[in-house]
Amino acid sequence: MATYSTNEFRSGLKIMIDNDPFAILVNEFVKPGKGQAFNRVKMRNLKNGRVLERTYKSGESVEAADVMDTDMQYLYNDGDTWYFMDQTSFEQYPADKPAVEDAAQWLKGEEICEVTLWNGSPLSVAAPNFVILQITDTDPGLRGDTASGGSKPATLETGAIVKVPLFIENEELIKIDTRTGEYVSRAKD
Amino acid sequence: MSESWRPTADKQLIELRAETYTKIRQFMAVRNILEVETPVLSHATVTDVQLDSFHSEYSSPQTASARTLYLQTSPEYAMKRLLASGTGAIYQISRVFRNEEQGKLHNPEFTMLEWYQPDYDHHQLMQEFESLLNLFAMTHCDKTSYAEIFIQHIGLDPHTCDTNELTMMAQQYGLSSSIKERSTLLDFIFSYKIAPILGNSRPVFVYDYPACQCALAKLSDGAPEVAARFELFINGMEIANGFHELTDAEEQLARFEQDLALRKKEKRPDLAIDHLFLDALKQGLPDCAGVAVGIDRLLMAMTGAKDIRDVLTFPIENA
Repeated sequence: MATYSTNEFRSGLKIMIDNDPFAILVNEFVKPGKGQAFNRVKMRNLKNGRVLERTYKSGESVEAADVMDTDMQYLYNDGDTWYFMDQTSFEQYPADKPAVEDAAQWLKGEEICEVTLWNGSPLSVAAPNFVILQITDTDPGLRGDTASGGSKPATLETGAIVKVPLFIENEELIKIDTRTGEYVSRAKD
Repeated sequence: MSESWRPTADKQLIELRAETYTKIRQFMAVRNILEVETPVLSHATVTDVQLDSFHSEYSSPQTASARTLYLQTSPEYAMKRLLASGTGAIYQISRVFRNEEQGKLHNPEFTMLEWYQPDYDHHQLMQEFESLLNLFAMTHCDKTSYAEIFIQHIGLDPHTCDTNELTMMAQQYGLSSSIKERSTLLDFIFSYKIAPILGNSRPVFVYDYPACQCALAKLSDGAPEVAARFELFINGMEIANGFHELTDAEEQLARFEQDLALRKKEKRPDLAIDHLFLDALKQGLPDCAGVAVGIDRLLMAMTGAKDIRDVLTFPIENA
């Protein structure tokens, strides 16, 4: 079993706590002049995103989490399972619904996603930061209105709904920032 | 070319450090406290379980084999040897070294002001310390006993409560390690739940520590037994640690041996006891109080700096 000592702790390190994988966010060294040294660690649960704070006696070891991020191509889904392919080994990885929860609404196929593997299976999937998708349903565009700043909902080909400016037409291609879920610009081609 | 060659302290802070030394030296001179100098390298070091000394090999032209020398973690033993020789009140501003310590409040090499006053107890020394702080626009220090502040914030009496109660409290506050030693549990609770809120409006002296944290302090008579020790906190930082000094050589030897037994249990390197220091105690250390002040943190307190690197010219990363 691989372990990390507290003096190896740094932001980004993946460790196991109560059978769940966590990523360290902040590691702080605390020591009274005449007393025991401690490491206060803030970390994020990689399964549910919750942030936890724990403190360890300096010098102790914590189990390492077998977690790694790999770029993979999204292939297709069958409603329950989403399939991704490692671009080097061509091996396919099935991801369940909770793992693709945030990413699925931006994926139509062939996108390169960052897949976080834990013990060899996808734990979470991050969509590309920017995607280009076609609008399938929105109110008719207000021609010439590029300045009023108003917005309207638009349904995309993947089913996601985003807010777009009033001048955007049905069937247009638009660029979206998947981290915020916001419209960025019109996309030519 | 990277910018790492530059000092991390700005010019104003480099000047403030120099001014601070000047003011301290004037303060000491007025009170007839003698400035002394003792070696940074020594044949022995402190046995504290929680301190890790740097060491190096000395190749003497007079002896065949190299000898291990330690960099001081504080000038305490050497200064007490001076006191035992009859110097009277003394102080020193020196560099001290502690391995395995690095963070926002720690650099493995830092500056310590240490001074001793014969015939003082820890309360008298706190009073003199407060006069020194006045020079740096810090007036009206608060004073509270360790028990008082612990009960106020934690609701447990640190001297008499059951160790299991401390364990439960520590777990509730997010301690993951399994710790059984009372002193370590107190360290955890104090440094996470009490220290950060101490001294935010004005400096606070905390005195009379639990007997299990006596270090080199006298134990008081009375029940419960407490250590005649104090610490100063400003902006949540521990700035200084002082004692009404232990002068009993036998008791000192017993504490050293207890430290060494604990070091063995914790699998820390074995160390030799400093017999020159013990000999000085046997000869007779005058009744006295002493305090060690972290100058770097004092500069942080004076300027509101949040990271020790802001007051150091070249922190360990760029040293």
